Amino acid sequence: MPQPLIDIRKLTVDFDTGRRIVRALHGVDLAVQPGEAVGLVGESGSGKSVTWLAALGLLGSRARLGGQVLFEGRNLVGSAVAELEAVRGACIAMIFQDPSSSLDPVYRIGKQLGEALQLHRGMAGTAALAEAARLLDRVGIADARRRLGDYPHELSGGMNQRVMIAMALAAEPQMLVADEPTTALDATIQAQILELLQEIRRDTGMALVLISHDLGVVAENTDRVCVMYAGRIVEDAPIGTIFAEPAHPYTRGLLSALPELTGPRRRLVAIPGVVPEPWNLPRGCSFAPRCAAFEAACEAAAPASVEVAQGHWAACIRAGGRNL
Amino acid sequence: MMRYLAGRLLRAMLTIFLVVTFAFFVLRLSGDPALLIMSVDAPPESIAAFRQSWGLDQPVWVQYLAYIGHALTGDLGNSMRDGRPAIQLVVERIPATLAITVPAFLLKIAIGVPAGIYAALHRNSLADRLTMVLSVAGFTMPSFVLALLLVLLFAVRLGWLPSSGADGIAYAILPIVTLGAAGAAILARFTRSAMLEVLGQPFIRAASAKGLPWRRVVAEHALPNAAIPTTTIIGFMVGTLIAGAVVVESVFAWPGVGRLLVVAVANRDLAVVQAILLLVAATMVSANIAVDLLYGWIDPRMRQVPR
Ligand SMILES: Nc1ncnc2c1ncn2[C@@H]1O[C@H](COP(=O)(O)OP(=O)(O)O)[C@@H](O)[C@H]1O
Ligand SMILES: [Mg+2]
Repeated sequence: MPQPLIDIRKLTVDFDTGRRIVRALHGVDLAVQPGEAVGLVGESGSGKSVTWLAALGLLGSRARLGGQVLFEGRNLVGSAVAELEAVRGACIAMIFQDPSSSLDPVYRIGKQLGEALQLHRGMAGTAALAEAARLLDRVGIADARRRLGDYPHELSGGMNQRVMIAMALAAEPQMLVADEPTTALDATIQAQILELLQEIRRDTGMALVLISHDLGVVAENTDRVCVMYAGRIVEDAPIGTIFAEPAHPYTRGLLSALPELTGPRRRLVAIPGVVPEPWNLPRGCSFAPRCAAFEAACEAAAPASVEVAQGHWAACIRAGGRNL
Repeated sequence: MMRYLAGRLLRAMLTIFLVVTFAFFVLRLSGDPALLIMSVDAPPESIAAFRQSWGLDQPVWVQYLAYIGHALTGDLGNSMRDGRPAIQLVVERIPATLAITVPAFLLKIAIGVPAGIYAALHRNSLADRLTMVLSVAGFTMPSFVLALLLVLLFAVRLGWLPSSGADGIAYAILPIVTLGAAGAAILARFTRSAMLEVLGQPFIRAASAKGLPWRRVVAEHALPNAAIPTTTIIGFMVGTLIAGAVVVESVFAWPGVGRLLVVAVANRDLAVVQAILLLVAATMVSANIAVDLLYGWIDPRMRQVPR
């Protein structure tokens, strides 16, 4: 196994909400290799965003972190603010779900790109302007020079997401975390943005973490999938394995909720119930109350993740040892 | 833009016109100036003569049309007390009022804005809670109560400052502090909530994710965005520079426009009251227009909106 680019180990996050302390992550293990494309799927509220915001120290003072986030041999958990700032953007960039409100409404696009270029590459003036235009061109924005003078509210959501990607590229990072980058966009724009991310990855070799609640989106754009549920990674496997031999009942649930592109049409089956709130988790396995394969032993303890096959991990008492 | 401005000005004139009209009728229906200004036992014929000389014997609507007619030529009538033009009496008092309201205005900004920013950046800290408690106290306490407390402390007990009058800079301090404290409280609260609102926006997190140090995120992204609503409130405060000191001027016997208003109302000195209300309406309306224009200038989202 080569040295991972980033290695998240037993990451926990507790939010102090004033009234109580709520555990949002219960020991997340997730490593990303250089250049790898990893998908992170799970229903809304399962902890996908919190995982990566925590890794970059972006959760603010109400969050307590535990565990480790190893990046280039350093542990980012509990490290100095300056150290985190040097990693953010420069080594690991992140883009978000709502592109139009991720840009500052009072500045022109060119100025916001210029800020990233000044910060990471020390560029200013006409050089920065030229580079900003090149980046916009790179992410497929026509008439880039003119667009530099636009404000975010003058551009569509898809265009703003392209701007966010251009800004992320400004520092030439080793990895991009895209948190539901297309959820707020309509289907054709979604496809274009995902295509753009693929293209950039091919050109630059940067690693990609694609966060989505849609297993289909992740399947088409990544090599490996981590399935998250209630603050834990419950399954981690290559794309092909996930589809061929899902080991966790939650993954199977997500798969059966997916429309089939080929083969006979069948009814989509949504998983019954909802993700439990972090302060109201069931005993034992968090998925037990919604699980089709529930048995009494599920309530004994949260199951540990076991290696079902080479590179295929699952956290279910039925995985691995016994056949399903 | 020109059309928008023209419409805005028209609305402003209408507002001022309505204020003047309303004041005119309320004042004339609420008491007889002749009886207040002449002594009660004055002979009936001299009261009648007084009424006639001020046109009070005419039907109200005739008086009204005459007043509007004169007002349009810039003549706001004379004071019934000393016969001088009302506008002159009012204008004479403006410097005294500005002498306390302008420093108070600067004090509000100098204290309220930084306190609000600090509280928002250190949300739930001791400093934040203290700021908010002081702020609630500051704007729930009526200004005459605060004025009296300050007088008791600094004039009566400590004897550091005079309690009332206008005989030099020392006399202005308590009125300025009284006015400034209440405004600072409002501004601190408003600035804090504007900042918190902005700090919760996705672009703040995105700016941090970009690697921008927190200081720069605050200075370059949070403050300019929070400045938009805060500037609006400050703009409205400009509108109260003339009218906002009525109570404080009365408590401290400060010879400004506000005190003139109180005295003129008590005496039913109609022309003076009307002149002051006209002036107050005009300053507030102008401040509102200025705020609107400023808004369009500082917030790019407001700029190209077709009006
Ligand atoms: N700042 C916060 N304070 C308290 N709870 C939070 C906070 N941010 C996220 N959470 C909780 O953490 C859980 C995971 O959230 P998140 O990572 O945003 O889910 P998603 O998988 O949809 O991205 C949710 O239950 C959410 O309510
Ligand atoms: Mg999320």
